[in-house]
Amino acid sequence: MRSEGKLLREAIIVHYYLGVDIGSVSSNFVLMDQYGNIREKVYLRTLGNPVKAIKEGFAQIKSRQGEQLDIRGVGTTGSGRHLADVLLGADVVKNEITAHAVAASALFPGVRTIIEIGGQDSKIIILKNGIVQDFAMNTVCAAGTGSFLDQQAARLNIAIEDFGDYAVRSRQGIRIAGRCGVFAESDMIHKQQMGYPAEDIIMGLCEALVRNYLNNVAKGKKIEEPIVFQGGVAANAGIKKAFEKVLNSQVQVPEPYEVMGAIGSAMLAQEQRAQSQAPGNYRGDDFILEGEFKSSSHECKGCPNLCEVVCIKRNQEILAYWGDRCKKWENSINRQDKLQVI
Amino acid sequence: MKVTFPHMGNAHIPIKALLKGLKLEVIPPPPVSKKTMELGVKYSPEFACLPLKVNMGNFIEAIEAGADTIVMAGGWGPCRFGYYAQVERDILKNLNYDFRMVILEAPDSRLSDLLKQVKSLGENVSLWEAWKAIKFAWYKLNAVEKLERHFEYYLPRVVDKDKVEKIFDDGLKNIDQADERKEVHDFTNICLKKMQEQPCHNQPVLRIGLVGEIYTILEPVTNYHVARYMGRLNAEVTRSIYMSDWVNDHLLGGWIKKSRHAEIINCASPYLNYWVGGHGRETVGYTVDFARKQYDGVVQIGPLTCMPEIVAQSVLGKVSEREGIPCMTMYFDEHSGETGIYTRLEAFIDMLQRKSYLQSSFSTPIGVDNKFVL
Repeated sequence: MRSEGKLLREAIIVHYYLGVDIGSVSSNFVLMDQYGNIREKVYLRTLGNPVKAIKEGFAQIKSRQGEQLDIRGVGTTGSGRHLADVLLGADVVKNEITAHAVAASALFPGVRTIIEIGGQDSKIIILKNGIVQDFAMNTVCAAGTGSFLDQQAARLNIAIEDFGDYAVRSRQGIRIAGRCGVFAESDMIHKQQMGYPAEDIIMGLCEALVRNYLNNVAKGKKIEEPIVFQGGVAANAGIKKAFEKVLNSQVQVPEPYEVMGAIGSAMLAQEQRAQSQAPGNYRGDDFILEGEFKSSSHECKGCPNLCEVVCIKRNQEILAYWGDRCKKWENSINRQDKLQVI
Repeated sequence: MKVTFPHMGNAHIPIKALLKGLKLEVIPPPPVSKKTMELGVKYSPEFACLPLKVNMGNFIEAIEAGADTIVMAGGWGPCRFGYYAQVERDILKNLNYDFRMVILEAPDSRLSDLLKQVKSLGENVSLWEAWKAIKFAWYKLNAVEKLERHFEYYLPRVVDKDKVEKIFDDGLKNIDQADERKEVHDFTNICLKKMQEQPCHNQPVLRIGLVGEIYTILEPVTNYHVARYMGRLNAEVTRSIYMSDWVNDHLLGGWIKKSRHAEIINCASPYLNYWVGGHGRETVGYTVDFARKQYDGVVQIGPLTCMPEIVAQSVLGKVSEREGIPCMTMYFDEHSGETGIYTRLEAFIDMLQRKSYLQSSFSTPIGVDNKFVL
């Protein structure tokens, strides 16, 4: 009976929630149905052009589904979350910490520690009974993050996808300095010229990055099991192994590790839509697919701050301004909406 | 003689009043802008902390606007600030600027010393006139702070945040231009009344303590307006440092009003028992104080490489754990990407909001069913 009920429910028209995570390196999209199933996930490189990435990501989801999608809510996160909001019309625009925590505690109830390493930033989130208790993000140095790994893989002429496998093959990692990306690189070059095998050097690098993370990001926070490791770098089996070795605990990597932020924001969008009576903000498929988006910037001469004001346009219509400290430009467009939200 | 001084938040309002009272022509530096930062960064040692760079920018802009005398505070102790005035003077001399620098050393508890220093600054002013100038400046300072405190209270509560910001900024401008005690009094009251009349929402308001290094706390440009940002997210921010407390404790020896300084120092024990320079011990003490007053969280701010704050930060972890108050530390330097700062603040506020929401509704989220109530 139950399964029949479920089947019946699935036969009823489904509606969807879209989660978008625009990061420095990757742009991720998730299409979630109202039962919390992930129907579609897209992982793209941002390649310095978030507008294009958003458009392409959405187009991919749309073409794979091949039907009219009933999108009831949109959530955006990542450093490009405001841009994604303008282009798609988001119901929730949230920081990455919250998004990642929501997703991880939905997939791993009872999770205590989330290790998240992305392209430019890395964070640690400590939870208790499903509530975020404490978190930290890297501040000044990006040595332990995906960009650095990318760069080293390119230097060794190894595809980044295979980088982790190399590390795992190693029996004994070589000691590499982990405090600073520049030191790490010069150590690696030195060791490579001495003739150490590439596998051991890469494993050494993984261990160095883990030490860097624990010293700079985790900074003495109590890391307790269950531990979840997510973000783009979680693809690297070497880093996972190094974490397990250094922490002497088991580290779990969720299957959709690279789109956890997007999943979290889709869930937040669903939560928000369930609470609200107002119609959703989603601007519609055509808005994003058909429009020609252009951004331009100019220096505002209103005061000595000389803010660089960015203007986002769709065809000829101005969608948003930002970048001005006094909010003169920003408020010229969205002031009414803002007041309504409050 | 055309006098200038460095900016520190709204301190320019009372300082200007003081110098004017000493019959000096005052040329305050233009408000801290991107240009100020650029100038400061260009002519300062790279490893110096942000306050020195902003000071340098202020001085250069003020000299170019016609100032020929710089009044700068001195100091002593482990914080690098003690050398600032001298370093800045040498750099400006090397840039071939023609000026005179007057360094006011903190007299620490001898009021007569301060009066003498202030009097010697003025041209042909009697001791009585100097005294009157100090009193008027003190009055203005208190008026400014009254506005600041009310602004901190109303910003998280009102519906229209832009409007209340505008009221506050206009109020400050009016106080700055007022020449009479009566005018200051009236402008303050008008501004307070306007703030009180703003419609408020009934959503919960968090209380956040802002602790850390004095300059970063007082000069909002150097902290990227963290207080306003948190206020806009419905969090009421209480600072650990208000200018009048500092003047009272350090220049007037606690003479003019009741000081909580000793109490705060006591709070820092047993976590930090030594004076580590700057406001390191106060940071720890105030964090404990905020925790005991049931604040929701504490944000510590300081310029990058600030030694006293680094010492305090290393102790805050323990404080946070034992006193049960979430703490977050942020360091600032010249960067224009504000997103990173606001992401962290938003996440911090979000965490506290969800926590207090759950505590108030007594529900314990367990497992997947409650996955949306993080």
